[in-house]
Amino acid sequence: MLEQTVQIVSNERDTDSYFRLVLRAPQIASLIQPGQFAHVRVTPLKDALLRRPFSIFQVEGDSFSILYKTVGKGTEALARMRASEEVSVIAPLGHGFTVPKSGGETPLLVAGGYGMAAMFLLAQRSPQKGIVFVGGRKRVDILCEKEFAALGWDVRATTEDGSHGEKGLVTQPLLAEIRNSEFGIRNYKLFACGPTGLLKAVGKIAEDFNVPCELSMDEHMCCGVGVCLTCVIPVKTGDGWEYQRTCSEGPVFDSRQTVWEVAK
Amino acid sequence: MNLSVKIGTLTMQNPVTVASGTFGYGEEYSRLIDLNQLGAVTVKGIRLNPVRGNSTPRTAEVASGMLNAIGLQGPGVDGFIKKYWPFLKELKVPTIINIWGTTVDEYAEVARRFDALGGVGALELNVSCPNIKEGGAQFGTDLKLLAQVVAACRKATTLPLITKMSPNVVSIAPFAKVAEDAGSDALAITNSYPAMAIDIETRKPKLANVTGGLTGPAIKPIAIKLVWEAAKAVKIPIIGMGGIQNADDAIEFLMAGATAVAVGTANFFEPQTPLQVIAGIRDFMERGKISDVREITGSVQTGK
Repeated sequence: MLEQTVQIVSNERDTDSYFRLVLRAPQIASLIQPGQFAHVRVTPLKDALLRRPFSIFQVEGDSFSILYKTVGKGTEALARMRASEEVSVIAPLGHGFTVPKSGGETPLLVAGGYGMAAMFLLAQRSPQKGIVFVGGRKRVDILCEKEFAALGWDVRATTEDGSHGEKGLVTQPLLAEIRNSEFGIRNYKLFACGPTGLLKAVGKIAEDFNVPCELSMDEHMCCGVGVCLTCVIPVKTGDGWEYQRTCSEGPVFDSRQTVWEVAK
Repeated sequence: MNLSVKIGTLTMQNPVTVASGTFGYGEEYSRLIDLNQLGAVTVKGIRLNPVRGNSTPRTAEVASGMLNAIGLQGPGVDGFIKKYWPFLKELKVPTIINIWGTTVDEYAEVARRFDALGGVGALELNVSCPNIKEGGAQFGTDLKLLAQVVAACRKATTLPLITKMSPNVVSIAPFAKVAEDAGSDALAITNSYPAMAIDIETRKPKLANVTGGLTGPAIKPIAIKLVWEAAKAVKIPIIGMGGIQNADDAIEFLMAGATAVAVGTANFFEPQTPLQVIAGIRDFMERGKISDVREITGSVQTGK
């Protein structure tokens, strides 16, 4: 983990309210592992103090990029920033995905919306190619299909309104694939990143079919480095559960550890 | 140039520490800043047993600040000693351990345990956390309970005792005086302010705990006033905190009457802040030809 003030190489609209930000950060870029994130201080924000966490999308040479959606004042201010302006970044942070081994399980990636970005490096660095299931509400929510296809991955898109790919939820083609598997389900491993509903559904499928599964959790964060205890989620331990930090023990957790409901 | 200050028998090489709860147990930030340049490291609040903490969401960003209701999640005394003390005890700078309990006896027991540990810089009594049902602020907003808890800890340890005061009182002066009279070596002023925020779309509070504590630059002027009032009421040193983002903010606290300062919420968004504050205080002293940082303490000229 490093804290650096870095220059924006480009910051352009991808589709609709999604943007691609490329930052020149040689020392950080070389450290990045799949599933890790960057904690960005959007300098023009004056009265909103906190950094914003973003999954790392691609690493190219001395730069890395993030793919983000404008969802509030932080990301809106970020979207107005231009090439050559600077942001402060703490990265790479968090415990990422386990990169599949050559000859091991076939990776099945499941992504919702900008969750797709968090999985690109995993697909790129996996010696074992697999299938990526990507879902969204409508066509514009389906991101980076081309990038995954260029890696030689089978990309299967679903939209809730049917404007692109299969109509329905992303878990439908996933379930069909697992049920129809000619390899036998034990040869799969699931990786998912997206909204909580999606993670929960994928975790359930993993449990039902006894498939190993890693989930990347998206929680509100404050410090990003493990001190503030904002981003905690309940995680199974021995005979009970405890709160663990999405920024430090996560964002990627084994689905068998996750606890979706706890007594308040 | 002298930057060192004394908090009871504890010597800090400069007047800058970090606020409990904003710096974990030191180790987390050691990869981003050199802890040995700080005046002291102040760790997150610890009670006797492990604490799970509140439900989420636990924090919310608000204008010029944030709300938190973490609920003092922590490893308990034994967990802290096992997991975090081996790192902290090797630092060249002292560790201030923030302690709490739900009864006077528990505070005293935790104080005894850390007294016996050896090598601890000071204990900070958290009698002002607004986010737990029992303990915390109930001790800091009742003069009798405050006197009891400080006196009990005083009996339990010879370590320097810092009482972290609640801002949620009509006047801080009598509370400051009571803490001093009961044996506190210093005061930490202040903790977070009870506060609330609502998501208007869902009509739900932004914190699972409904209310939380407000910190950050939003509270700085209120904290400055509390330090100023308390400084007039007591002779013991004050560690001032509340919204410090830079050296100018820290110097304001010193002028109001603080002997040292703590950087809190700013650590979350800019981990270099404590070191920037130290450098800025040094610059200010050079510019003003001030040879001893202690000359700044209480130097505000109110004409009163």
